[in-house]
Amino acid sequence: MRVTTSTAQTTDVIKDASMIKQKQMMAAHYDRLTSARENGDKVVSTFVPGNLNELLMCFDLVNNLPEVNAIQNGLRRKSGAFVMEAERAGHSEDVCTYVKSDIGMMAKGNIGPNGKELPAPDVLMLSYTGCFTFLKWFELLREQYKCETIFLQTPYMADGKITPNMIQYMVKQFKEDVIPKLERISGVKFDIDRLREYLRKSAKAEDDLVYILQSGKHVRSPIDAYFGGIYYIGPIFGAFRGTDDAIEYYQFLKNEVDQRIAAGLGPVTPDGPMGEEKYRLVVEGPPNYTNFRQFWKMFYDEGATVVASSYTKVGGTYDYGFRHDPDRPLETLAEYCLGVYTNRSLPMRIDMLVDYINEYQADGLLINSIKSCNSFSAGQLLMMREVEKRTGKPAAFIETDLVDPRYFSAANVKNRLESYFQMIEQKRSGKGVAA
Amino acid sequence: MKTFVGIDLGSTTTKAVLMDENEKVIGRGITNSRSNYDTACRVAGQEAAIDARFTLFRREFGDAEKISDQVDGFLKGLERAFRLEQFLEQVDDLEKTCIEQVKGERFSKLGDGVKLALAEVFNLLRKEAPAMYGPDATRKSDFFRDIAGSRYLALAEEVAREEKIPYDLLLNVYDKSIIAVENRPPKGELGDKFRAALKRVTEVSGSSASDLQQSVERALDIELEETFLVGTGYGRVTLPFSKEHIRSEILCHGLGAHMMYPKTRTVLDIGGQDTKGIQVDPTGIVENFQMNDRCAAGCGRYLGYIADEMNMGLHELGPLAMKSEKPARINSTCTVFAGAELRDRLALGEAREDILAGLHRAIILRAMSIISRSGGIADEFTFTGGVAKNDAAVRELKKLVFENYGEVTINIDPDSIYTGALGGAEFARRAAQGRMEGMDA
Repeated sequence: MRVTTSTAQTTDVIKDASMIKQKQMMAAHYDRLTSARENGDKVVSTFVPGNLNELLMCFDLVNNLPEVNAIQNGLRRKSGAFVMEAERAGHSEDVCTYVKSDIGMMAKGNIGPNGKELPAPDVLMLSYTGCFTFLKWFELLREQYKCETIFLQTPYMADGKITPNMIQYMVKQFKEDVIPKLERISGVKFDIDRLREYLRKSAKAEDDLVYILQSGKHVRSPIDAYFGGIYYIGPIFGAFRGTDDAIEYYQFLKNEVDQRIAAGLGPVTPDGPMGEEKYRLVVEGPPNYTNFRQFWKMFYDEGATVVASSYTKVGGTYDYGFRHDPDRPLETLAEYCLGVYTNRSLPMRIDMLVDYINEYQADGLLINSIKSCNSFSAGQLLMMREVEKRTGKPAAFIETDLVDPRYFSAANVKNRLESYFQMIEQKRSGKGVAA
Repeated sequence: MKTFVGIDLGSTTTKAVLMDENEKVIGRGITNSRSNYDTACRVAGQEAAIDARFTLFRREFGDAEKISDQVDGFLKGLERAFRLEQFLEQVDDLEKTCIEQVKGERFSKLGDGVKLALAEVFNLLRKEAPAMYGPDATRKSDFFRDIAGSRYLALAEEVAREEKIPYDLLLNVYDKSIIAVENRPPKGELGDKFRAALKRVTEVSGSSASDLQQSVERALDIELEETFLVGTGYGRVTLPFSKEHIRSEILCHGLGAHMMYPKTRTVLDIGGQDTKGIQVDPTGIVENFQMNDRCAAGCGRYLGYIADEMNMGLHELGPLAMKSEKPARINSTCTVFAGAELRDRLALGEAREDILAGLHRAIILRAMSIISRSGGIADEFTFTGGVAKNDAAVRELKKLVFENYGEVTINIDPDSIYTGALGGAEFARRAAQGRMEGMDA
């Protein structure tokens, strides 16, 4: 039963608006994917970081994101069996579990979240943005589907800045390789004005997304920027950037956030509105999906809100000012790929986390290190030390996995989290009569 | 008097510490955790209360240093006599429980014989008991299960042979009874048992130490009021403690180590199922920590497993490993693999002490990795937990600390197993103080 005060009621109704919208969008998208063959649509598989949705839409391609499928399978508790299936096929225990979930899903009939078979892709669009596993993943898919792979190389931001050379290098790839191939495969001629129109829509939704994510700066944050954040980034990181649906979704969400701010309310959790905000955290690293709710509960039960996270920047660092720019269509796509969090060097990631702790008035940094994700995990302890040193705020380190349920040890994680919260409390209450 | 209790519910043992208002530890108690934290908590608490009585007795006689040999001897005798009283109470309980188990088809023919045999076994056990608690007796363990169990089995074998009763029947009733008895801590009033023990001591010594008796009586009259209790350790969530009575064991270990050695900056705790590397600031506040993940190899349980594999007692491993001059190089820290490695090397004829020394080194290597992840070792360094009692582990630790961090003061308190409980007791004291001063507990 819901709380029936008038404020709570209005909030619930409006909260439901964005949630219902998102649910409808996802359902429609999966239906479009699974009926692509009947409708004569062609399908492209691609990744979230460096996702070129606006460009792909110019060729009427339906965007299939294997990472999102793996997440869906994780949340629906199906990934465990898929991971084991992939291991039976010879993939080692240490391989990224997104990959194994995907491979296992294919081996088991490639059934999507709507219960229907996902189509084989017509093309694999690999925009490489810092994660080496993506290369290997698509090698496996190419072998499986015998389809063409387009490889867009994004230079790594090792020196912390984007140079004109980098952009030129990427624009050249768009012009000489990516666009001609997409035209040939799709049979649709490239229309740059169509691209501009999509980019314009992207920028509009991106403005609202940034507003929402930055609402975490309020002391008594109206959102949880990690667990809630996963939902908020869904449309813009997935197949909806550049669509009217995304614009509408973020408008709904923005209204809800405004209402919560006005009412002085905290984030909405699966157990209803969150109680007192006792701890404000910045989180680095992806979440665990197999025990997502249980994991989140460990935070909200203790009054811990995540006010900012790096994971919600893997599909774009919009809060640092980047917007898709219709006036520079190809350049802007290049800048987008270059800027995503996975393409950033360790010093850049440290700077970002330090900024977040300061700007969002956080109590400290929590790192959720992913067992099977080397690209995220490498260097995280060093990052933690440096952030601690520069902010003077306590940090903690926990370890789980993306979608392999075997690596979620609830008792250990809870123990560490509680210790961390008490550590914050102890530091806060000063040196003497602590705790 | 006001007392503050810290209880550390570990995976292997449960520890309790009783503290007075002046931050002085007055009692410590330990018991095996069984699978019943409720009981473990009660038993450890009771043990600490008993220990506290002895502290109070000593206080009656003035400062610890000033206590004469005569008084010291008297108090030690009193403690042994008290332990004996406790033991006998539990033996009675065990006998009663065993007899209750003699029923059903299995005992239809031999039931009476088994009962007679049990009476004989327990008579012998009671006769032996005073010697087990004699002035020179050494006990490998203080847990009732260990003491009573090993003697029961030995005596039952003899009696079974003589009475021509199948040994396994005697074993069967014991197995069915011991857990129940163990989970039923001695019920009798502590004061009564102290008085019985006092009587026993004066009878044995024949001394007319009436002033000693009076002092003991005075100390017994002091009421120990449990002002505030803090629980920590793995079992803490299973207890009916409210949130303000629970602290994470990481914070408790950090604070406990600080209480023992105020200059502590790095703490290593190797417990039954986890290894913690903790950095603390000069006031004992935790700054950072790391723990083992997903795998408990390299913890106390690892040694327990090895002890089982070698058919040895846990406490015998360290001394044997200390005999090694040429430790084997063992890289695997997976507990199960270590068992395989152990058998393999034994089969190849390697000396047991060398293999054991290698295994101790493997544990410490693993701990070193956890410490380095928590931020390395700063001076002073305090090593706590059950494994800190193992000399072979300590020897390897000292070597590796020196190799990696140079000269560092390494503190190991003989009571280090109580570190978490001590931190808990201090948290309890502070919380109660905060409450009294109107601050947040």
